[in-house]
Amino acid sequence: MSPPAPTAELHPAAPDGDSPAPAQLPRLLAGVRDERALTLDEHSALHGELPAVGGGGRSRSRTKARRLIEEVEAAGLCGCGGGGFPTATKMRSVAGARGRAIVVVNAIEAEPPSFKDRTLLELAPHLVLDGAVLAAEALRADEVVVAIGEHAGGSAASTYAAIQERSRAAQGRVTLTLASVGGGYVAGQESALISGLEGREALPTFTPPLPFERGLRRRPTLVNNAETLAHLALIARHGAGWFRRLGTDAHPGSALVTLSGPVAYPGVYEIEAGAPLPTLIDAAGGTTAGVRGVLTGGYAGTWAPSTAIDELALSRERLKAAGSSFGAGIVLLLSAETCPVAETTRLARWLAGESARQCGPCIHGLDAIAGAVEAIAAGAREQPSEQRLRTLASLTAGRGACAHPDGAVRVIASALRAFAPEFEDHRRSGPCERCRSASELPLPHRGGRRGGDRP
Amino acid sequence: MSHHVRVNPIACEAHGICAELLPERITLDEWGYPIVDGRPLHGEQLEHARRAARACPTLALILQRERSRTPAS
Repeated sequence: MSPPAPTAELHPAAPDGDSPAPAQLPRLLAGVRDERALTLDEHSALHGELPAVGGGGRSRSRTKARRLIEEVEAAGLCGCGGGGFPTATKMRSVAGARGRAIVVVNAIEAEPPSFKDRTLLELAPHLVLDGAVLAAEALRADEVVVAIGEHAGGSAASTYAAIQERSRAAQGRVTLTLASVGGGYVAGQESALISGLEGREALPTFTPPLPFERGLRRRPTLVNNAETLAHLALIARHGAGWFRRLGTDAHPGSALVTLSGPVAYPGVYEIEAGAPLPTLIDAAGGTTAGVRGVLTGGYAGTWAPSTAIDELALSRERLKAAGSSFGAGIVLLLSAETCPVAETTRLARWLAGESARQCGPCIHGLDAIAGAVEAIAAGAREQPSEQRLRTLASLTAGRGACAHPDGAVRVIASALRAFAPEFEDHRRSGPCERCRSASELPLPHRGGRRGGDRP
Repeated sequence: MSHHVRVNPIACEAHGICAELLPERITLDEWGYPIVDGRPLHGEQLEHARRAARACPTLALILQRERSRTPAS
């Protein structure tokens, strides 16, 4: 079964009689067809030429650069890689740092249930490159490095071809290079990515300094997610007002989400920020099995029982209010055919294994948490008390150099809440029949991580 | 200007000397790693903190002056 064009017209529920914003989807995935990358000519015909940021006299180019950052700020653009940090603030930090800046496009996409950055680079690579070039020009950077992961799949070839196309078309205002970075779940973290690009293991470092002050080759470095830069390319062309015609006040514009689980057409969808989750599920052809729970915010996010689905809307502020996060736009439905306790047990052990093994509390804490969940799942004679679980959580979260232990604790704690009845059953009676079902969560082995195929 | 202690968790190897020299601010978890109270240090505490930072075999204990907040990664 082949998925439909990976776009969907989804709008947030109109709050109390307000009329919904005018339809403007798709944006990032506009003009995409045939599951192949738009060529440079097709891209330019669709979106128009790349607006000039640099060029002209020095003072004129500075004014233009400042205007782009102001426009990005007015648009309310925030990072789409998971952190959700305001993009304009990041750009200003780099602009204010000493030395020639460099721009890194973060397309590592190390979260196993996410495919949106690779999809974007496979279908509309020039939009990402436009955004990177515009950001580079605004920061007077002369170089852009597009960082992809080991399992970039088709996005490696489409990105490489797009860079070649631009050099042939002499659109060489900034040097573009493609770099592949190995490593596991934490490799996409900014400082880990810089280490990986410099030829060391892609492991997080102790900060400060942050990349904006001393990043790649010790230069001030803007690290932005691929989707973030694609939005920036459209904001530079159409302005902040246009950007805000979709989405909510706190999360303007559109967003890419990866929907997986028991739906007819799992895949990457471009939604209006704030779209209700049931609308997304409908756009994906509806569910194909009973649903037990939903994970938003990825493996550093939050599980909710299926009864919460009708209440969830897909924007940063709405998911935050629901105790979750938007993260990198991951929405994963867990079917009622698998055992949520067994799934959580495997996830906890996998997250412990994805520790960079640099920080003691992360190494020992995540291992102890995985062990505690395993004891519950097995109905072992000696089981951790609720108090013991809380102690382990507080000894682990917030005590690493990166946010991996925090996210792992959050997602496991939320699973214990969302699937409390099943955990109680397992405490009493041990493994259930569904415990033997194959894992629904993608938990790739390191070195043999998921292939590049989209769901 | 105020000072506080912070641990570099990558450098820390759980020697535990900091908890002996600065018990006002540092306790050890069940694996031997320091749990740090990051509140500002004053007077004698500051001197104890300096001594603890110097004594750390991996130089993982850091005495930090209050600095302006920077963007998170």
